[in-house]
Amino acid sequence: MPKITFIEHDGTKHTVDAELGSTVMETALRNDIGGIVAECGGSCTCATCLVHVDEAWFAKTGGPSAEENDMLDSAFEVKPTSRLSCQIKVSEEIDGLVVYTPSYQGR
Amino acid sequence: MSETIKTDVLIIGAGPVGLFAVFELGLLDIKSHLVDILDKIGGQCAELYPEKPIYDIPGIPLITGHGLTDALLEQIKPFKPIFHLGEMVLKVEKLGDAQFRVTTDGDKVFECKCVVVAAGGGSFQPKRPPIQGIEPYEEKSVFYAVRKMEAFRGKKLLIVGGGDSALDWTLNLQPFAERLTLVHRRDEFRGAPDSVNKMRALVASGEMDMKIGQVTALEGDDGVLTAASIKTKDGVDRIECDAMLPFFGLTMKLGPVADWGLTMEEELIPVDTAAFETNIPGIFAIGDINTYPGKLKLILSGFHEGALMAQKAYHYVYPDKRLVFQYTTSSTSLQKKLGVA
Repeated sequence: MPKITFIEHDGTKHTVDAELGSTVMETALRNDIGGIVAECGGSCTCATCLVHVDEAWFAKTGGPSAEENDMLDSAFEVKPTSRLSCQIKVSEEIDGLVVYTPSYQGR
Repeated sequence: MSETIKTDVLIIGAGPVGLFAVFELGLLDIKSHLVDILDKIGGQCAELYPEKPIYDIPGIPLITGHGLTDALLEQIKPFKPIFHLGEMVLKVEKLGDAQFRVTTDGDKVFECKCVVVAAGGGSFQPKRPPIQGIEPYEEKSVFYAVRKMEAFRGKKLLIVGGGDSALDWTLNLQPFAERLTLVHRRDEFRGAPDSVNKMRALVASGEMDMKIGQVTALEGDDGVLTAASIKTKDGVDRIECDAMLPFFGLTMKLGPVADWGLTMEEELIPVDTAAFETNIPGIFAIGDINTYPGKLKLILSGFHEGALMAQKAYHYVYPDKRLVFQYTTSSTSLQKKLGVA
């Protein structure tokens, strides 16, 4: 099972198992990771599951789709490697992924 | 203050659960008005997932949020519900037994026999940018909505965002402002292409400015804004401004619900599972906003809760009448109400 490491804004680190085919957002919620709100439940319509992908992993996750990039306009402190975690699918490819969760998702 | 609107039941929230409550109440000859903070009907179905498929509505294998809203509106049409959109309920006061007064931020006053809170995750409110020390500026020089365009005449104005709200207000306020700067995180805009073209033309002709970046700090005193710092890819720019309008979409906040004297548990309203009534008799809570042992935040659960709520509400609205349970398949009386008999 792939592993994902979430690093919260205060530095708290969580390395958790991620189910293949689920999303990084779902993995965060299942493991009570702080900083992920996911108000819309994964519909790419609220921008409250923002993460900053570790630069070393950005080539693996890839950048946002056009739809996701539009939604990123409603997020804050967006960086070049920012993604909405509901739009990153868990696969063997991203085993070991490291993402940073922000301090604020707009609420 | 406007004239008081009298109704049997005031439903707070026009999402799917509030809409279906109109149906269940209507079958029992109970009239409803609905208030919603959004300017459209459908709640989260309209705001968060209008085009996304929903797979767990009984008997409907697949429907979008928008489709479900339309279907519910069709279903409740015989009961002629009256909607008050773009308004937030501020106060709910108990005047007596089965008598409540409800006041909105649009200065509307309702008097009703029951209140049904079907407010989902609370009220959709503008997202506040995480700029340190923004609070004192809010409602003084930082605004999340435009009430009077005239208020911005002669101002140095900063508008932040890339969607239709940011673009529409840019185009509407540019003629009023002394100088207008639109700030957005990227040189692409998701708003209507026509608005984007008009905005770019104004920039090209030197009538307004556009900055690609993010606002990181505000300067001023006592809530009076004088400048903002914009972090761009080349560094930090300082822009002089008197007012800022950030448009980052909406987020769900509990809002004034907590001030109505209802018992709350972690931003949810505990109810009994016989009638989904709150600690205040005559005030019900249905859908995502309530909690009880085994609660699931499903639309179908909210429908069930509305049906049981209506049975109890009947006794507040018609205290002297006996309620006879009937089916729409066989009752001529119900079919008459639905306009099919």
